[in-house]
Amino acid sequence: MLDIKNLHAGVEGREILRGITLRIEAGEVHAIMGPNGSGKSTLAQVLAGVDTYQVSGQVLYDGQDLLAMTPEERAVAGIFLAFQYPVEIPGVGNLYFLRTALNAVRKQRGLEELDAMDFLELAKERMALVEMDPSFMNRSVNVDFSGGEKKRNEIFQMAILEPRLAILDETDSGLDIDALRTVAAGVNALRSKDRALLVITHYQRLLDYIVPDRVHVMANGRIEQSGDKDLALQLEKHGYGSYEQAAMGPGAKT
Amino acid sequence: MSTDNARIRELSSQAYKYGFVSDLESDAAPRGLNEDVIRLISAKKNEPQWLLDWRLKAFRHWLTMREPSWQNVHYEPIDYQDIIYYSAPKPKTPGPKSLDEVDPQLREMFGKLGISLAEQERLTGVAVDAVVDSVSVATTFKHKLAEVGVIFCSFSEAVQNHPELVRKYLGSVVPYSDNFFATLNSAVFSDGSFCYVPKGVRCPMELSTYFRINAADTGQFERTLIVAEEGAYVSYLEGCTAPMRDNNQLHAAVVELVALDNAQIKYATVQNWYPGDAQGRGGIFNFVTKRGKCAGAHSKISWTQVETGSAITWKYPGVILQGDYSVGEFYSVALTANYQQADTGTKMIHIGRHTRSTILSKGISAGHGQNTYRGLVKIQKGATGARNHTQCDSLLLGSQCGAHTFPYVEVKNPSAQVEHEASTSKISDEQLFYCRQRGIREEDAVPMIVNGFCREVLKELPMEFAVEAQKLLGVSLEGCVG
Amino acid sequence: MTAFLAGLEPRIDARHPAWLQALRHAALQWVAEHGFPTARDEAWKYTRVAPILEIPFQLAEPGPRWSAAQVEALVGDYGGPCLVFFNGYFDAGLSELDGLPPGIEVSHLAPQLLADSGALEGLFGHAFQTRPQAFTALNTALAEEGALVRIPAGTTVETPIHLVFLAAAGVAPQVMHTRVLVQMGAGSRATLVESHAGIEGEVYFSNAVSEVVLEADAALEHYKVQNESRAAFHVALLSVRQAEGSAFTGHSWALGAALARQEVRVVLEGPGAQVALNGLYLPRGVQHLDNQTTIEHLAPRCTSRELYKGVVDDRGHGVFDGRIIVRPGAMKTDASQTIKTLLLSATAQANTQPRLEILADDVKCAHGAAVGQLDEQAVFYLRSRGLPEAQARSLLTFAFVSELLERIGPAPLRAHVEQLVTAQLRGLEVAA
Repeated sequence: MLDIKNLHAGVEGREILRGITLRIEAGEVHAIMGPNGSGKSTLAQVLAGVDTYQVSGQVLYDGQDLLAMTPEERAVAGIFLAFQYPVEIPGVGNLYFLRTALNAVRKQRGLEELDAMDFLELAKERMALVEMDPSFMNRSVNVDFSGGEKKRNEIFQMAILEPRLAILDETDSGLDIDALRTVAAGVNALRSKDRALLVITHYQRLLDYIVPDRVHVMANGRIEQSGDKDLALQLEKHGYGSYEQAAMGPGAKT
Repeated sequence: MSTDNARIRELSSQAYKYGFVSDLESDAAPRGLNEDVIRLISAKKNEPQWLLDWRLKAFRHWLTMREPSWQNVHYEPIDYQDIIYYSAPKPKTPGPKSLDEVDPQLREMFGKLGISLAEQERLTGVAVDAVVDSVSVATTFKHKLAEVGVIFCSFSEAVQNHPELVRKYLGSVVPYSDNFFATLNSAVFSDGSFCYVPKGVRCPMELSTYFRINAADTGQFERTLIVAEEGAYVSYLEGCTAPMRDNNQLHAAVVELVALDNAQIKYATVQNWYPGDAQGRGGIFNFVTKRGKCAGAHSKISWTQVETGSAITWKYPGVILQGDYSVGEFYSVALTANYQQADTGTKMIHIGRHTRSTILSKGISAGHGQNTYRGLVKIQKGATGARNHTQCDSLLLGSQCGAHTFPYVEVKNPSAQVEHEASTSKISDEQLFYCRQRGIREEDAVPMIVNGFCREVLKELPMEFAVEAQKLLGVSLEGCVG
Repeated sequence: MTAFLAGLEPRIDARHPAWLQALRHAALQWVAEHGFPTARDEAWKYTRVAPILEIPFQLAEPGPRWSAAQVEALVGDYGGPCLVFFNGYFDAGLSELDGLPPGIEVSHLAPQLLADSGALEGLFGHAFQTRPQAFTALNTALAEEGALVRIPAGTTVETPIHLVFLAAAGVAPQVMHTRVLVQMGAGSRATLVESHAGIEGEVYFSNAVSEVVLEADAALEHYKVQNESRAAFHVALLSVRQAEGSAFTGHSWALGAALARQEVRVVLEGPGAQVALNGLYLPRGVQHLDNQTTIEHLAPRCTSRELYKGVVDDRGHGVFDGRIIVRPGAMKTDASQTIKTLLLSATAQANTQPRLEILADDVKCAHGAAVGQLDEQAVFYLRSRGLPEAQARSLLTFAFVSELLERIGPAPLRAHVEQLVTAQLRGLEVAA
C-alpha cells in the first residue's frame, strides 16, 4: 500500500530525514519509535504533505506518486494524520467541520453527500467508540479542549473518515492511562485487513494496547533497526542511548 | 503557504450576483441640488408645510457644512451637483391598491433578488417593505400587522397617514444638523420605512426592508424611523443591493430608533451594495447615520450588521443610553475585499444610571481592502454604574490589505467600568493544513474559517439572514485574496 | 498665540554652523505658517494648548544656584555621571563628570553645537524634519542647551547617566527649550535618567525634546521622571530610532505640572528590534496629564510591548493615546499594548485611545484598555481584616501602580520614584 524509497527531507538546508525506506501493506500495523529529534514526526508530516520541507526520494501510495499530491488529495485518497498538536479553529463547529471533511472524502469515493441528520447518527455512533462526550460536537474545533480531549477528537475524526492509511503522531502523549486505553480501544476497533496503521510513539506503553506487526527504530533521520513487537520491549529496557551514540550527527527536531 | 491565495484567485471570481439592471421607467428630478429640487420632492410627495420647512432648514444648514475628512477612507471628491436626488419607478397604474397590482417587472426584479412580494409565497412570515431607488414600492402583511396595532408602511405613507407620529419623532435622535451626510439626507430624503409598535405589543413577525438602487446617477437617501412604545418589541431586518455600474453612487441614509420604557428594538442589516469591480472602479459610497435612543428605563437597542458591499462604508450605528438600566449592543462583521474601504464602528453614549453596552466587531480585510473599526464609548457624569465591554478582532487575508482599530474611550464617572480588547491575526498555516489534511480544499477552508471567526456576530442574526450572510462572506472572498 | 509668538526670533548665533541657522529659520517659519494645534487636530483632541499660549513667557534667564543637597532631595543621586541644568543653563559646579570610562561622551550641548561641523545635524533636526509639530519646531528654533551623550560601539556604561533639568524661580513666567541627543553605538549598553523638576508653585514652561538613536544591537534603558511644579507646563517629545537587534526600554512618570503632554515616538527601523514602553500618570487637583505614544514597525520580526497606567483623582484629567503602526513588509511583528486607568473621584476624567494601524498580514497585535475603579470586593476583604477603608483603598491603589515601579532597574532610582509616587497619590508636596 505504501512504499517509501530513500526518502530525504530537510528544512533550510538542514537534513532531517536521511534516506528512509519502508514498505507497509494493507492490514499491517507498523510502529516507529525513536528519541526526540530523530525525525519521526517529520516523516508523518512529509507523508501528509506539509510543504515546509524540501523533499526528495520516492513515495508510492497504491502505486501513485504521493509526493506529487496536495494535502487534500492525499486526504481524500485515504491518508489520515492524527496530529501531535491538533489545531484550534475558533468559531467552526466540530461537527460541521467533520461533515465538510467527510463529504469531501465521500465525493472522491463516488458516494452521495451525507445530510446533517444522517451525519449526526454516524457521529453519535462513532463518538461512543472513543467515549467522547456529545457536548464536544457543537464546540469549536479543538478550542478549549484539554490535551486528552484533543487526542480523542483526532481518533473520533479518524473513525468518521475511515482512512486507508492512518498515521498516529504521538497520539499517546499527554494522555493518562485511562484515556490511553480508551483511545487505543478506538484505534483497535478500526483495524481491518484493508487498513494500515503507522503508529509513531516515543514510549512503548501505547504498543501494549495497539500491538504492532513491525517495529522500527528511528535515530538521526534513519531507520536504524527493524523487528517485531519484541523490539519495542527491548527498547523500553535499554533506552535509545546506543542508537544515539551510534550516529552522532547534528540533532534534528521532530 | 501562498498557494492558497493563488488558488483562490484562480477560481473564476463569481461576479456580483445582484448586478443586473432592471428596465424600469422612472420619474426623476433634474440633476443637481437647490431649493427648487427640494420643493419639487416635497410637492411630489404631497408633504405638509412643516416638513418642507424642516427640509429647507436642513438644506440651508448643509450649505454651511464641510464634508468630513477624519475618516480613514480615500475617494475622489463627490460632485453634489451631479447627482439626481429623486428617482421613482414610474407607476404603470396609479398607485397599486394591492400587491397583485404591483408592476410585474418590479416583482420580477425582487424575485431575482430572492425576495418575494407575494404574501402567500412567504413561509417565514417576514413582512417586507421594498424600496427601489427613492420610493417604497410595496409593503406586505400590512393588514395582519394592523390587527395588533403595528404600523408598518413606507415613510411617505406615514407622513400622509400618521403625521403626528412622524412630526414627534423625526429628527429626535438624529437632528437635521447632525453631520454632513445626515443633514443632506434631511433635506432630500425621498422615502424609507416607518414602523410604530404601540405600548405592550410584541410585533408578531420580523419586519424587513429591502433597498435597491436601480437607476443610474441617482443617490439614494432613505430615512427609516422605528418607534417602540413602552414594553414593545420589534425585530427589524434591512437588506441592500445595487446594480453594477462603472461610476460611484451615493447612498446617504438615516435610521432613527426610539425605545421607550422596557421596549426592545433589534435592528439587523445585511449590506451588500455593489462594491465596485476588482480594480476598484464603481461601487456605492455608503455614508449612513444610524442611531438609536434608549429613551426609557430598561429599554434595549441592538444593532447587528454584516457589511460586505459598498466601495466605501462609513457608518457608526450608535445608541444613546438615556434611560436608567438601558442596554445598547453592537455586533458587526465588516469585510473589505478588492479595493473596498470601510470605516465603521459604533457610538455608545452612556447618560443614564447603570446603563450597559456591548460591542463586538469582527473585521476582515482581503485583497487591497482597508478596514477600520472606529468606536466611541462615552460615559457621562451622571452615568453611575455604567458598564461597557468592547471586543474588536481583525483578520487579515493577504499582505496588501490593512486593519485599523481606533477606539475612543471617554469617562467622566468614576463608577464606570470600560473594557476594550482588540486583536489582529491571520489564518495560520497550521489551520489551513489541518483542514486540507482532512480533505477540505483551501478555497473551502478559507471561508469556513472566516465564518468561524464571525460566528459570535452571525448568531445574533435571525436564521435566514445568518445563512444569507454566511453565503455573502464566502462569495465576497472568492477571487479577491491576493 | 500672537502674544506667545510676539518677539520670538530664532536664536541665531553667527558662530553656529550654517545648517543650524537654516534649520532654526525653517522651524520658526513652520510655526508662523501652521500655528499651534487646536481641538480640530485629532492628536490634540483632549488637550488644549490655550492655557500655555495665554501666558507671555519670556526666554529663561539663569536663576539663583541651589545647593547640591537641595538638588539631590528633589531628583535623587544615582552614583553616575550627572549633568545639571538650571532654567536650561548648564551648571558645571553641580554636575559630575569624573570617572567616565574612556571614549564615552557625556557633555552639555551648547559648545558642541557651536563647534559642530555637521555631525549633529541628522540628530538635531530629525524630529522636526520628519514629523513637525509646533512645540518641536519651537524647540528646534530656540534650544541652545541640553545634553549630548554618545556611547561608542561595544561599550557598556554601568551606572545610570543622570540628566537634571531644574526650573528656578523667576520674576516673570519663563520658558526653557532644552534638548537631549543620545547616540548609542553598535552593541553598546547604557541607562539614562532624565529628571525634570522645579520649585513648587512656580509658573514656567518647559519644552523638551530628546532624540535617541540606537545602532545595531545597542540597548538603552531610558527613565523620565516628570515632577515639575504643579503650576508649570511641560511639553516633551522623546523620539527614538532603532536599528537591527537593538532594544529600547522607556519608563515615563508623569507626576507634576498643571498641564503636561509627554510624547514618545519609536520607529523600529531594523529587523528584530525590541521596544518596551512603560508609563504611569497620576493627575490630581486640576492637573491635566496627557501621554501620547507612537510605535512604528517598519522592519520584520520586531517586538513592542506597552504598559501604561493612570490613576486620576480630584478634578484631574488623564489622557492616553497610543498608536501602533505596522507598515507593509513588517512581517512577524509582535505588538501588544495595555492601558489601565483608575478613577478615584466623581470629578476625575479619563480619555483613552489605544489605536492599531496594521498594514501587514503576518502579525500578532493585541491591545487592551480598561477604565474602572478599585475592586470593591478587594476593598471589603481588606476591611474585613481590620483595615480602615481609606487605608484599604490607598493600599490597593498603590498595588495598582506597583507593577510599574517594579520594572525600575536601579534600586536607588526605584526608591526615589516610589517616594514621589506615594506622595503624589496622597496629595503631598515633596519639598525641595
